[in-house]
Amino acid sequence: MSENPLRSLTAANVVVVAGKGGVGKTTVTAVIARAAARSGERVLVIELDGKPALDELLPDRAGEALTVVHLSAPDALEEYLNDHGFRRIAKRLNRTGVIDMVGTAAPGIDDIVVLGKVKQYERSGEYDLVVVDGPAAGHAVSFLMSATGLADAVRGGPVRSQADDVLELLADPDRCMAVLVTLPETTPVNETIETAYALEDVVGIRLGPIVVNGVDQGTDLPDEGGVDAALQAADLDDAVIEVLRAAATFRRSRRAMECEALDRLAVGLPLGQVQVRALPVAGLDADDIDALADELIAESRS
Amino acid sequence: MTVDGRIATGSMRDVVEYADVIVCCGSGGVGKTTTAAVIGMDAARLGRRVVVVTIDPAKRLADALGLTTGLSSSPQRIDGLGGDAGDGEMWAMMLDTAATFDGLVRTHADDEDQIDRILSNRFYRNMAGAMSGTQEYMAAETLHALHNDDRFDLVVVDTPPSRNALDFLDAPGVLSRFLDHRIFKLAMLPTRSGLKVFGAAAQPIFKAIGKVVGSDVLADSLAFFQAFSGMETGFRERADDVVALLRAERTAFVVVASPRHDTITEAVWFARQLDDQGVGVAAAIVNRVQPAFGEIEVPADVEAEVSGGGAEATGVTEVGALWTNLAELQQIRSAELAALEPLVELTEPAPIALLPLLDGDIHDLDSLDQVAQHLFP
Repeated sequence: MSENPLRSLTAANVVVVAGKGGVGKTTVTAVIARAAARSGERVLVIELDGKPALDELLPDRAGEALTVVHLSAPDALEEYLNDHGFRRIAKRLNRTGVIDMVGTAAPGIDDIVVLGKVKQYERSGEYDLVVVDGPAAGHAVSFLMSATGLADAVRGGPVRSQADDVLELLADPDRCMAVLVTLPETTPVNETIETAYALEDVVGIRLGPIVVNGVDQGTDLPDEGGVDAALQAADLDDAVIEVLRAAATFRRSRRAMECEALDRLAVGLPLGQVQVRALPVAGLDADDIDALADELIAESRS
Repeated sequence: MTVDGRIATGSMRDVVEYADVIVCCGSGGVGKTTTAAVIGMDAARLGRRVVVVTIDPAKRLADALGLTTGLSSSPQRIDGLGGDAGDGEMWAMMLDTAATFDGLVRTHADDEDQIDRILSNRFYRNMAGAMSGTQEYMAAETLHALHNDDRFDLVVVDTPPSRNALDFLDAPGVLSRFLDHRIFKLAMLPTRSGLKVFGAAAQPIFKAIGKVVGSDVLADSLAFFQAFSGMETGFRERADDVVALLRAERTAFVVVASPRHDTITEAVWFARQLDDQGVGVAAAIVNRVQPAFGEIEVPADVEAEVSGGGAEATGVTEVGALWTNLAELQQIRSAELAALEPLVELTEPAPIALLPLLDGDIHDLDSLDQVAQHLFP
């Protein structure tokens, strides 16, 4: 467990939240952003491509300075090319064709352009914290590596200087860090450990604590013997006893799996862990995010 | 409960029996790869010779299938499926986008020289490895190749976890974006000097591109377009065949989701797109649904405390904790069943299967088998 979870999750100007599809990256982005905004910081949330889910999860709240913007890689690249003399020429050509061709000729250029925009926001002085709802884990490495790759391939010109700026941002632990999100299960944990090492070795970016999303913190259960004793003592139908026992066995088995995964994570990665508890719903709404953000703040005070 | 009623029909089995090709689509993290493996397993037990192609290089699946050295880009036979496999066979492989693209180039090129010029070109390598849509296109291409391979009578494939998964249905789209538009034609313009690369590079658009990405990178790109010249027709015909297969009657699209609003929304979106394309959904599968433990009424006071979020108060006695536990699990299950209702409505009358969250990880053939028993009761 991190000493002060909120502080360790927001310890750089830019926090890139990354994780495999389905682990709750967007939830964690929203919780961090909301908690920071509630603590008085001016927060910008950047949602990359994807479906715009964060507008709904992060509505305006009185007294909090929280802004959500969307960046799409193709749009950002198009804008960039237009700013570099393409507008006039590209008019008569198939626009996606030109963008495709540039993107393919210099792979990662769209990621560089997006990271360049992130850097602009960071440098604008308008925000204390920029949280980026990053790409899926596999893509996170290539996304953050795009600057290194391009700097090697392109020797000069505007793309090169953009790549250099981005490399400077990524390498500076005060300006930028990555927060990996995972679930308390074997496969996501294994993949997170691999991604963490890849990010550190290949990109050299600072890693914040690992956020484990969806940890079961529901009611405490008696151990197996306790269950049997309790059921024997209670005056219940056999059918009811069977159901109660099956539900308890299932829950305990899931929890044992979670514990095993959390241990494996702690052993595999010498980084802090921050847990976000599972809510008994099929998808979070803005109020759930507020509640989880308040819990994160409370945990950080204690 | 319409939902439970439809699982009981077990008609996912029908899909496995009639289809030649099964495509699993859905958003990332919903268990498409596991689902594809389980479908493959069942098909083999029905006596079919099935090959499962996965895009996800997850080591876990290889481990679960007993492939200690991981999945490779050529089909490997899976042993130990159980006694009743009979004549059935299960094979598994991983999609290799770049190698598949290379294979297409080899098939359609005129001579060795053209093959070399293309395969060694940097622009081509970027395109084969990373261009958006290439992965979907090559998955479709691989599927077509396996469909025509005598070793197999069923191909099961999972799609890349992106919204572009439907690019799958538009295999030539990727190519035509390149070949049809005017950039390609400009690059191909004959010039008086006969040196096309230099002629094209003088075009304003290429000058501008060169300024942004550098002249070396531009020269590579133009060299690719010229090397590719003449192969368009062959590529396009092949792509048309691939699309015809994807739209064939015995190609079944299975939509996979988890019981959460976001992935259900995505699955509904997929299903609509498939309908619009005239393809339709053969079945829907919702993975990791909180299991039901029986139709037992939880005492009202426990119910009230749990739905009010104050579970701890009821945990005072041990039996109280057991009731609270049941109520919490039932609460999650009802929320999940409500969330997947839109998918049920949209895909009716296609079968929908709800696969329960298991009490452990899927790490071997036995745990895959556990899933299979729920999918094919």
